[in-house]
Amino acid sequence: MTTSFHRLANPARFQKFARRALPWSWAVAVLGLGSGFVWGLALSPADYQQGDTVRVMYVHVPAAWMAMACYALMALLSASFLVWKHQLAGIAALAAAPVGACFTAIALITGSLWGKPTWGTWWVWDARLTSVLVLFFLYLGYMALAGAFDDRLRGLRAASLLALVGIINLPIIKFSVDWWNTLHQPASILRAGGPSIHASMLWPLAITALGFAAFLVAILLVRIRSELALWRTEALMRRQTRGMT
Amino acid sequence: MTTFGALVRRDLALATLRGGDAALTLVFFVVAVAVFPFGVGPDPDLLARISAGIIWVTALLASMTSLERLYRVDLEDGSLEIMALSAQPLELQVAAKCLAHWVTSGLPVVVLSPLMAMLINLDMAAWWILIVSLAIGTPVLSLVGSIGGALVLGARKSGALIGLIVLPLQVPVLIFGIGAVEAVLRGGPVWPPLLIEAAILIAGTPLALWASAVALRMAIE
Repeated sequence: MTTSFHRLANPARFQKFARRALPWSWAVAVLGLGSGFVWGLALSPADYQQGDTVRVMYVHVPAAWMAMACYALMALLSASFLVWKHQLAGIAALAAAPVGACFTAIALITGSLWGKPTWGTWWVWDARLTSVLVLFFLYLGYMALAGAFDDRLRGLRAASLLALVGIINLPIIKFSVDWWNTLHQPASILRAGGPSIHASMLWPLAITALGFAAFLVAILLVRIRSELALWRTEALMRRQTRGMT
Repeated sequence: MTTFGALVRRDLALATLRGGDAALTLVFFVVAVAVFPFGVGPDPDLLARISAGIIWVTALLASMTSLERLYRVDLEDGSLEIMALSAQPLELQVAAKCLAHWVTSGLPVVVLSPLMAMLINLDMAAWWILIVSLAIGTPVLSLVGSIGGALVLGARKSGALIGLIVLPLQVPVLIFGIGAVEAVLRGGPVWPPLLIEAAILIAGTPLALWASAVALRMAIE
C-alpha cells in the first residue's frame, strides 16, 4: 500500500496511471450517478413521514461523505508532501481542496433545502450541520493560505501544515459541537429513527455514493493533471526569464 | 532556560513600552464588550443570558488583534533567524513567545473579566467559573493563534487571513469555556466542560508549539 503510494509520487508514473484510470472512473461515475439518481429520485419509495423530500438524501448524504473523505485525503497527501517532500502529493492536495469545498457546499446547501420542509427552517445549528460548516471554513482557510504567497511552493507548504493541524482538530471540533448541541438543543429537532433505513432506500443510496466516489476520483485526476501542467509551465517560464536576464 | 526568560522579558518590554500592543488589546476588549448592549439592546435579562458568550468571543477577538505582529516583527528584524539558529529548541522559544503573548493579551482579559461581567449583568454566581474558564482557555487562544501567526509569515495579506485560519480552530475551546459558565447558570455539572477545556490546553500545548515551530522554519528557509 505504502510502496504503491510512493511509486505514484513519480509524475511520469502518475500520468500513466491517470490516463489508464480516468476512463474507468468516468464510466463508473456516469453509471453510478445515472442509475442511482433514477432509482433514488424517481423509483424508490417516498418516506412515510417526510414524503418526497426524503429524496434530498440521495444527493446530500453522499456529498457529505465525499466532503469528509476529500479532507482526509488532502491531509494524507499534505503529510506525505511535508514528510517525504513528494511535491506531487502537495500539488494533489491543492487540487483536491476546491473539490472538497464544493462537496461541502453541496452538502450544506442540500441540507438547508432539506431542513426547510422537515424542520421548518433553512438553517438550524444542528450538530452535523455545524461541524460540516466548520469543515467548510477549514477548506476555505487552506485555499486562502495556499494562494496568499508570491512563492507558490511556500504557500503550499504552509497550507499543508494547516491541513494537518485541521485533521487533528476535526475530531475535537466534531466532539465539541456534539457536546455543545446536546447542551443547547435537547433532541427536539433531531430526526428520529436514524440508524434503521429500509433496503429500498439503502440500495439507491449506496449506488449513488459509489457514483459520487468515482466522480470524485475522476475529477481529482483531471484537476491534479491540470495543476501539474500549471506548475510545470510556471517553472519553464521562470527558467526562460532567468535565461533572458 | 535563560533564552526562554530573555525572550519573555524582551517581548513583555516591547508590548508594554509606549505604542505597545498590551494596552491597546485591553482597551479593545473593554470597548468591544461595551458595544454589544448597543447591538442587542439594554435589556438586563437578555444581557445576562448571553454575557458569558459575549465575554468569551470578545476575548477570542482580542487575542487575535496582535497575532499578525507576533512573529512578523521578528522575521523583519532578523531575530527569528537567530532564534532558529540558537542551541535552544525552537519549540521552547515559541513557548516563550506564546507566554509573553498570553501575559499581554490573555491575562489582562482574565483580570478584567469580572468588571465586564458586571457591566453586562452576568450572574455573580458564575463570576468565579468565568475567571477560571478564561484562565484555562486564554492560553489556548494564544497557542493556537501562534500557529496562525507563524503560518502567514510572508503572505501578501495576512490580517484577515489569520482570522480565517485561526477562528475555526478555536471553536472547541470556545465551546467548553462558555459551557462551564453556562453550566453554573443552568445548575448543571461544571467539572466536565472545565476538565475538557484543561485537556485541550494540555494536549494542545505540545502540538501548537510543534506546529508553530515547523511553520517558522518554513518561513525562514
